Amino acid sequence: MLEMLNKILIANGLVTAFACVGVAIWLAGVISRRLTLGYVHGSAIAIVIGLGLAYFGGRMTSGEKGLADFPLLTGIGLMGGAMFRDFAIVATAFEVQPSEARKAGMIGALSLLLGTVIPFVIGALIARAFGYTDAVSMTTIGAGAVTYIVGPITGAAIGASSDVIALSIATGLIKAIIVMVGTPFAAKFMGLKTPRSAMIFGGLAGTVSGVSAGLAATDRRLVPYGALVATFHTGVGCLLGPSVLYLATKAIVG
Amino acid sequence: MIIYGTALLALCHLTGLFLGDLLGVAIGVKSNVGGVGIAMLMLIFLKIYLHDKGLMPKETEAGVGFWGAMYIPVVVAMAANQNVVAALKGGPVALLSAIAAAAACACVIAALSRSGRDDTAFPPAHHLEFTEEEDV
Repeated sequence: MLEMLNKILIANGLVTAFACVGVAIWLAGVISRRLTLGYVHGSAIAIVIGLGLAYFGGRMTSGEKGLADFPLLTGIGLMGGAMFRDFAIVATAFEVQPSEARKAGMIGALSLLLGTVIPFVIGALIARAFGYTDAVSMTTIGAGAVTYIVGPITGAAIGASSDVIALSIATGLIKAIIVMVGTPFAAKFMGLKTPRSAMIFGGLAGTVSGVSAGLAATDRRLVPYGALVATFHTGVGCLLGPSVLYLATKAIVG
Repeated sequence: MIIYGTALLALCHLTGLFLGDLLGVAIGVKSNVGGVGIAMLMLIFLKIYLHDKGLMPKETEAGVGFWGAMYIPVVVAMAANQNVVAALKGGPVALLSAIAAAAACACVIAALSRSGRDDTAFPPAHHLEFTEEEDV
């Protein structure tokens, strides 16, 4: 009996994922209404549940894909993978008002640049404070503070050691998680309520995953505007990291 | 036909990613540069174009709208895929850099979003088909 059920769930991985995520979101909605009286958005709770399960999955299987490392739940990996994520993000473009997006284009580009340089400088300085004083390590960890993709790409390009690259990935991952969970709480402070502010956020907060989840948990209408800018984040970081930022770091610390 | 909308979305997605890869190669970066953003811009312009031509009936829109509404569930699945264990193993350097970078960016966002004139707004009571109603 149980074996038959197991077989069906594994053979229909994506469908299993739809069912599991549906249950998680329903549960998050109940928690949001009953325990927080609607103060914390259901989507934010659902994302935290997802992250918690990912931690549990990682601990149990010692794999790298969170919950998706359980054979029963590989469908979660497909549903939450880059293909579906990008497909759904592109679909949200249908809700973009081009006139609003155009008004904020310049400030979006500016925040994209600041969103690369500021985390880089802070990451590199903290790395130095902890004894990573060579330009290559500082650059790699600084690039990791931009996004967890920029870190390893920059590190590989300038020849960083593998433990420094792992550190830069960890930095980027933690930042993405902070953005995912923290955005709804900091939304008021950041003035996050218009398309323009969402585009500024998309440029500065970085990582498509962090921005998209953070905005989804705040106000779904903000998502397409933030994603429109954030999607250039990794590209700009990978462009500047191993070139301008590395050379600047090298020039300063020698 | 609902598939026309989904196919339109798929074509924009693939073309955008392809152009993003080309852009990456052109500027010598080992990553996709703005592929999703290019796809979004294509979809925005095609929507306006087809709408003006009268070629965008409700069913076609629903073929895109469904995937837009699936966005939050996909994000929840994505969260469940993160390598949280590795992130927490990074130790104090990773944790401090991440917190400091996020905090600094939040302050700059707060400053920028209050600076200048913000005359952007959401259209009032605009409801797409399949747009999720928030039950508070």
